[in-house]
Amino acid sequence: MARKITYQQAINEALDQEMARDESVIIMGEDVVGGTGADGEMDAWGGVLGVTKGLWAKYGDRIMDTPISEAGFVGAAVGAATSGMRPVCELMFIDFMGVCFDQIFNQAAKFRYMFGGKARTPVVIRTMIGAGFRAAAQHSQCLYPMFTAVPGLKVVVPSSPYDVKGLLIQAIRDDDPVIFCEHKVLYTLEGEVPEESYTIPFGEANIVREGKDVTIVALGRMVHQAMSAAQALAKDGISCEVIDPRTTSPLDEETILESVEETGRVVVVDEANPRCSMATDIAALIAQKGFGDLEAPVELVTAPHTPVPFNGALEDLYIPNPAKIEAAVRKTVEYA
Amino acid sequence: MSKDGIIAITMPKWGLSMQEGKVMEWLAEEGTELKPGDPVMDIETEKIANTFEALDAGVLRRKVAQPDDILPIGALLGVIAPADVDDAAIDAFITEFQASYVPPEPDEEEGDGGWAFVEAGGYRLRYAKMGDGTRHVVLVHGFGGDADRWAFTQEPLAAHATVWAFDLPGHGQSSKAVRDGSVAALAEVVVAFMDAVGIDSAELVGHSLGGAIALQTAIAHPDRVDALALIAPAGLGPDINGDYLSGFVACDSRKEMKKLLQELVADPELVNRALVADMLQFKRIDGVPEALATIAAGFHDGTRQTLDLRGGLAALGKPVKVIWGSADRIIPASHADGLAGADVTVLDGYGHLVQLEAVAEVNAILGA
Repeated sequence: MARKITYQQAINEALDQEMARDESVIIMGEDVVGGTGADGEMDAWGGVLGVTKGLWAKYGDRIMDTPISEAGFVGAAVGAATSGMRPVCELMFIDFMGVCFDQIFNQAAKFRYMFGGKARTPVVIRTMIGAGFRAAAQHSQCLYPMFTAVPGLKVVVPSSPYDVKGLLIQAIRDDDPVIFCEHKVLYTLEGEVPEESYTIPFGEANIVREGKDVTIVALGRMVHQAMSAAQALAKDGISCEVIDPRTTSPLDEETILESVEETGRVVVVDEANPRCSMATDIAALIAQKGFGDLEAPVELVTAPHTPVPFNGALEDLYIPNPAKIEAAVRKTVEYA
Repeated sequence: MSKDGIIAITMPKWGLSMQEGKVMEWLAEEGTELKPGDPVMDIETEKIANTFEALDAGVLRRKVAQPDDILPIGALLGVIAPADVDDAAIDAFITEFQASYVPPEPDEEEGDGGWAFVEAGGYRLRYAKMGDGTRHVVLVHGFGGDADRWAFTQEPLAAHATVWAFDLPGHGQSSKAVRDGSVAALAEVVVAFMDAVGIDSAELVGHSLGGAIALQTAIAHPDRVDALALIAPAGLGPDINGDYLSGFVACDSRKEMKKLLQELVADPELVNRALVADMLQFKRIDGVPEALATIAAGFHDGTRQTLDLRGGLAALGKPVKVIWGSADRIIPASHADGLAGADVTVLDGYGHLVQLEAVAEVNAILGA
């Protein structure tokens, strides 16, 4: 049955159910066991924000704390994946990925191709993204566009408790490397989630709200900002369709293009920095394949081309918000 | 109703989970003379879109709700009154209604108000009970459906009876692993459900596969079944839309699902995004495709139904009503031809989900 749980609980439940279902599923990462070994402390945390709490007590050595050496343990996870395991590796913040790009870009992403389809690399790298946590420039970025650019990787950016559970189970069962991007501000978000295991296929966008005047494409936390804007705009008679691609690679081009065909106006919202982002990628897609449907230029609402500020007031200005989205929608509607 | 014959049209409650509805479009103009069953407006909920039909007779005097308004159940949508009631009285009625209207509290914590679970026949079954009459009615949904298929049936019937709706094994929020998916085995689940909730005997209302299950329950356990109402039932002839069944078992995309669900109704507009999303969420739960395949194999061989209960029906000697939509594209209404031992009504122009499409007509036949 379905009941309300948080985004964070939904991730924990997906991990728990897949570990119970398949012995080859293991978890590794910094502090995923999360204790010093003292009685009563061993299972006190479970990851920096407690996502893997409770799993060590159930699965013991299948949950492994690693040294603070991303290059080492991500490489080990990729290797384990090629030899029959299904590791779910937690790399705390996506900002730290830079230290293990070779393992991800050049090894995990290439094995299936370079071994003529004979190698599988079923590794999931879970990582936190996003600003709004007062965590400053090195713990707040939305770097999913970089991984989206690399063939051989699948990239997931879930926006709701229901989606995060189904997409994580899909990611674990998938035979390719998956970069699984969890927005830390969403961890406390509650929503209805079935108790049972279920999957959501990659490359299927969710039409979060149907509308006929403007298409808003938004990812992760931005889905909620877009929904707030859409609700406000509805009061003025502007009907917005909100599309959440859910995965950036593969990308559900068809759902986006079909929506633009109906509305002719589009706003893409992306918390990532503006250059070479999902916003520019989706705008280019529409310019190339949906140009004839457009009634107005494609509007983009993104973070500015700056690091994420530590100053709270500046960080709030940095993140795309409903007011900016509303203004962009009005601009496309008013375009003559 | 007020003393002047002024009647409020209010937001209906379609199914247990409905808390609010969105006004899509008025289908009647102010000044129109309405009779019960006439279309009043299109309403969309999280689960379903449908046409709201007049419950009372009178002139539609005032449209209070506007398209795109999202209103809680019981909220004032419009006002019906005899033509000779003056406008001031209508205004006073509206003012008084709005002043005293209190939206219902959202359902209990879990948001599952009304749903309960019971262990029966080795399965965990979700069910909802409405009403408290001495007459018991058990609603049995069809293949791929769930108790929500009775959203427009259960509450009206509950005015006169205790009405139970449950999710069959492999469906809705009941246990998903189905041991034996045959109609005979599922009929035993109906009896186990009745045992578990303490019903000695009941009228069974079954839709589609649920019709065959209800009929089989009556044949195998005549002492537990007082009467039957079979809506577009399986088990009364060889024909069935095998492509629909196999398509539904295999389907994993929004587009395919929408196309399939549209086969179920005469009016494709009834299949909205929420219904499609709901069915896909159900299909994507571990074990559901296997459960559905097991159940499908229990009553058809890919192209034809393998179960013939016509003789059993003729020999029942109980009141049996059969309701069919003439435009049914899943199981043809011709299966009702020459049916012995049943009171047959074929409703013109409706599809397989006739209880959702012809709400007033079906409920009238069922005795709501």
